[in-house]
Amino acid sequence: MALTAFPAWTDRRTVCAMLIGIALAPGLARAETPVRGGTLVAVSNPGEPNVLTTGVGQAGAVLAVSSKIFDGLLRYGENFALEPELATAWVTSADGKEIRFTLRPNVRWHDGAPFTSADVKFSFEQVWMKVHPRARATFAAVEAVETPDPLTVVFKLRNPSGVILSALNSTESTVLPKHLYEGTDILTNPYNVKPVGTGPFRFVEWVRGERIVLERNPDYWDTGKPYLDRVIYRMIPDATARYAAFESGAVHLGVHSPISINDLARAEKNPALRVEFRGYEWLGSSIVGEFNVRRPPFDDVRVRRAVVHAIDLQAFSRVTMRGIGKPGTSPVLSSQTKFFVESGLASYPFDRAKAEALLDEAGYPRKADGKRLEITLDWLPFGESFQRFGEFLKQSLKAVGIEATLRSQDLPQFFRRVYSLNDFDFIVTHHSGFADPQIGLDRVFWSKAILKDVPWSNGSGYASPAMDRLIEAAHIAATEDQRVALYKQVQAQAQLDVPRFTLAENRQYTIVSARVRDLDTGVIGIYDSLKNTWLAP
Amino acid sequence: MTSAAPAATGPSARPHSTGRYVGLRLLQMVPTLLLILVTAFLLLKLAPGDAAQVLAGDSGGGDAAYIATLRQRFGLDQPIAIQLLLYARNVLTGELGFSFRNNMPVAELIAARVVPTLLLTGLALLVAVLLGVAGGVTAALTRGRLADRLIGAIALLLYATPGFLLGIGLMILFGVVLLWLPTGGYADANGAAEGWAHAGSVARHLVLPVVTLGMLYAAIYSRFTRSAMIEIYAQDYIRTARAKGLAPARIAWRHGVRNALLPLVTIIGLQAGSLLSGAIVVETVFAWPGLGRLAFEAVQQRDYNLLSGLVLCTGALVVITNLIVDLLYATLDPRVRLR
Repeated sequence: MALTAFPAWTDRRTVCAMLIGIALAPGLARAETPVRGGTLVAVSNPGEPNVLTTGVGQAGAVLAVSSKIFDGLLRYGENFALEPELATAWVTSADGKEIRFTLRPNVRWHDGAPFTSADVKFSFEQVWMKVHPRARATFAAVEAVETPDPLTVVFKLRNPSGVILSALNSTESTVLPKHLYEGTDILTNPYNVKPVGTGPFRFVEWVRGERIVLERNPDYWDTGKPYLDRVIYRMIPDATARYAAFESGAVHLGVHSPISINDLARAEKNPALRVEFRGYEWLGSSIVGEFNVRRPPFDDVRVRRAVVHAIDLQAFSRVTMRGIGKPGTSPVLSSQTKFFVESGLASYPFDRAKAEALLDEAGYPRKADGKRLEITLDWLPFGESFQRFGEFLKQSLKAVGIEATLRSQDLPQFFRRVYSLNDFDFIVTHHSGFADPQIGLDRVFWSKAILKDVPWSNGSGYASPAMDRLIEAAHIAATEDQRVALYKQVQAQAQLDVPRFTLAENRQYTIVSARVRDLDTGVIGIYDSLKNTWLAP
Repeated sequence: MTSAAPAATGPSARPHSTGRYVGLRLLQMVPTLLLILVTAFLLLKLAPGDAAQVLAGDSGGGDAAYIATLRQRFGLDQPIAIQLLLYARNVLTGELGFSFRNNMPVAELIAARVVPTLLLTGLALLVAVLLGVAGGVTAALTRGRLADRLIGAIALLLYATPGFLLGIGLMILFGVVLLWLPTGGYADANGAAEGWAHAGSVARHLVLPVVTLGMLYAAIYSRFTRSAMIEIYAQDYIRTARAKGLAPARIAWRHGVRNALLPLVTIIGLQAGSLLSGAIVVETVFAWPGLGRLAFEAVQQRDYNLLSGLVLCTGALVVITNLIVDLLYATLDPRVRLR
């Protein structure tokens, strides 16, 4: 069915002319001056947020909206470089046990109250350390937060801790206004759904099930910005309907792969739309296979290695992800250049003979019916793509004599099965790296991260003294170089023991109208504040 | 519904007893709804998984303290019996509880969705009845001829089409290719319009979902009307009316349709619940902020308080619809006495 409303040649000709223009005079394209005004309509994805501040909820849909309303102390620039936001400068002491932040002066909350160091101290003590899912681990080294004056915040540490600076952006550690949260129940504070921040956009209204409206913050500290008058998030639950909304021009922006992968090729051909793959590096999203190492057969590392040998990762990415993914080689993704180990890790290239030999050796010979063993395979219910992953794995394993029974269930049941009951053999699931292996890897490889009931924790039940030693040494590494070196060893150990392995580096995509200009495509672009973004008329 | 029985009594008794009848029926609603409430609550609790875990999953994990904090805030650390008692006490005092997931009182969440839901299902029902009756009567009067066959084929096709497919087809045609109508939503996204402009915007957004939902039910209603009309046309009183020399249109309307509406009204009453749940698909496709979508999301998130509130609310809607149906019987057929 032809979805384009206008004859395609007109647009193509315009685009060609534009491309030629850019090629002939690159200076001209840069000279485009931002236009003030306009309403950018985005689609909220995945789903509708439950609150509007990442202070109390870190789902993807919350992060997307909250990042327009709130600032962090620091922000990520290109290639994970730290840049100032609410903090204009930060100094780590020589012994690494003190980090001193200088705050930006004359910043006001959207209700007019001044932003001071007291807000940071309050957010650290009452919000991050009490109701944030990961902060207690991230800030474990922090002994106290001191506020010598309204524009200075000092983190006093028990030991050097490189991870802290990686976690102070607005999405991971949101600064909430003390004057509206002090003395209240943080989780049910009414301002969670009508947020007051310091960011470029102010909250206007939230009609549940329908839209969230934000408007320009006229007192934003970055004078002259933002360019947009309004940002509106619409709730469109159906993927095909979302694509129709993009096609009809009703929606300009959607993150987290807002349309089905089957519509992606069509979107790429549509001159009114752009497909953007950058901006997801901070999220570090990957598709992962994970074993239950508590019980046979996967308590035996040879069986785990046999499974990885049995899977053609190139074909996996090509067949199940239409080639947009990238075969995984390490639990850290290649986009995290600082920590990623390019070569030298144990690897398990596609080799069925090797897989069969390992299974023979482990005591699982082929029986009369050709089967070696029977296992269950649960796929994470994050949409049909994971079912495809499961089906691919089932076929791969069948070839080496492992009969996998695919099981499907809804998300609450999946969480319960994997993290509460530990009643599974092999799962295909998702992993977020969150910029720093101390946040992303500890929780799946550290024995202290085997936490009953907690989703995305060490569900495999993997506990290795060697691994624990590496992780715990990294936590107190004196210098950042040492910490990086230790996390490289963590990757080596993980690949050796394979309690889980990266099937593919996931590539998520943003769909954006060609009218949208200067969209941030940095490592955390999808959670950018949109302060530099503008709409061409 | 069952309490309405045909009986040959004078119409003079009716106006006096209707008020009492309605009062009695409303009173009977209370135990019915309480039973619905308890059953729903226990059934929901039987579903594996819990809200705290889902929320933690959304947030990218956490530690044991995080889950414990959430459980305690949600009241999930209490035994089920205590949870049920606390909930029942809240409901009896007119308090539907707090949706921790959405950070809002349940009553507010539901109230915001009632108007869109009633707009969508009410208008869809109207479209379904008008199209269904018109189609059914035409088919019956042209029995065996081309018009009948055509109507039958269209009805069958619509009935066999999944709701989402019909919705997406109409959306792509009218929303993307022709650009006549918005592809979804309740009103224009910037929400700046007021008064008549707002109403107009809502009306434009209503067209596709109402037509989609209405057509699906029109297909069913047209088949019912057709068979009822054919049966009625075999009755003696139709022959009598013909013999009196009445105009065919008058026979069809006064003697045919009015009688055919009785079984149709029964079906509508029985399908009130299915209309509300059938709306989930249409609400999802057209991003319509209705109760069905809210319920679907609440199940996904194990938001017990919200779900119990929704079950109570939709239960009440179904009971009230059935009451209205019973009252309609008496209006359509003077022989029906309410008691």
